[in-house]
Amino acid sequence: MEWDWNFVLKILPQLYDGVVITIQATIMGSILSMLLGLGFAIARRSPRKIISRTTRFFVEFIRGTPLLVQLYFLFFILPDIGILLSPMVAGVIGLGVHYSTYTAEVYRTGIDNVPKGQWEAAKACNFTSRQTWTHIIVPQAIPPMIPALANYFVAMFKETPLLSAITVLELMNQARSVANYSYRYLEPMTMVGVFFLIISIPAVIFLRRLERRYSRPQ
Amino acid sequence: MDHWQGYIGLILKGAVTTVELTILGCALALFMAFAAGLGRLSKRFTIRALATTYIEFFRGVSIFVQLFWAFFVLPLIGIPLSPFFCGVLVLGLNVGAYGAEVVRGAILAVPREQHEATVALNFNAWQKMRYIILPQAFVLMLPTFGNNAIELLKATAVVSLISISDMTFQAQVVRSQTGDTAIPFLTILALYFAMSLVISTGVRGLERKLSQGLDVTKA
Repeated sequence: MEWDWNFVLKILPQLYDGVVITIQATIMGSILSMLLGLGFAIARRSPRKIISRTTRFFVEFIRGTPLLVQLYFLFFILPDIGILLSPMVAGVIGLGVHYSTYTAEVYRTGIDNVPKGQWEAAKACNFTSRQTWTHIIVPQAIPPMIPALANYFVAMFKETPLLSAITVLELMNQARSVANYSYRYLEPMTMVGVFFLIISIPAVIFLRRLERRYSRPQ
Repeated sequence: MDHWQGYIGLILKGAVTTVELTILGCALALFMAFAAGLGRLSKRFTIRALATTYIEFFRGVSIFVQLFWAFFVLPLIGIPLSPFFCGVLVLGLNVGAYGAEVVRGAILAVPREQHEATVALNFNAWQKMRYIILPQAFVLMLPTFGNNAIELLKATAVVSLISISDMTFQAQVVRSQTGDTAIPFLTILALYFAMSLVISTGVRGLERKLSQGLDVTKA
């Protein structure tokens, strides 16, 4: 089968629509996982055993099972109990929750790296638990962890094609629909790969730069 | 509920396929990880370039896209692959690229004196790796390899989309035939979780066994 540049040009607009959806899903998923992950990390340190153990089990469970199956779960099972989610919302929740279990580990490392003296100082200043987290711990724990967090956002970007399995019209799904009605697989599938490389290689270079910036000893 | 017993057999059959894919995929990934990881440390520029290209390519593109490409495009350019073989190939090559960085990092983490000692003892490259560097580096690699194996297990779910009848595929079959979603999906979620627990406990046990008698300080 010959590579046909005219065909590539013809399908580019449709693939571009897919890229936009892919990027939107990545950004919203990242924001969700950033917030949820912090919540999980803090809940795991809760003095109450029920909260810390439940969170720990939940995080381990989500990390140990495939994202695709979780997406099916959100998309097919929740409607049974009366929660109807649009494909995109289900996809963003799936991505966000799945990756929040990874970002939770990142936050945990960051929190563990805050010196013990800081906790004691907060106690000495009579800070409440909430004040300790918001004013002392979190501002120190997060900046060194930014590169590691960004790493997972790139990983999430690469998982977005899974959303096509629950009918989100992202890049992969656009390519498949082009391929299905034109009977040409070579160009659409290859172009999807090219699009991913075009976005993820600069992202990786940017990441390395972030790493250098934040790895300076404090 | 009464037809459920028939369907559990279907899901268990899928579970066997998932396990097969995971084991074969891990074997290929392990091989590729060492080949590319050592390749990146080679003195020859061409080998280094080749290894780097392989690693960056497979890490840069989604496993899903690679799988579809291998499944739909390779037959068009004259390389027909069976879906199962295609799945093992892509899983192994993809996770192997992540593993390669682990191999490289672990070898570099073995203290410099150990490398110098092998030169002083006049070991050749093979002896150096086999007797001095790898036994120490391998223990460092194990925890991350364990995580990678779990990632591979999770990635096997994706192959259901190229018509391999793994656990996820069978759950979809059950769903479409019975209209029952909760039970098949909760069952496979539990099975996946059990499998990942087996991997993580197995790796931890192996780590304990291999680090005996080694003076490796865990960083």
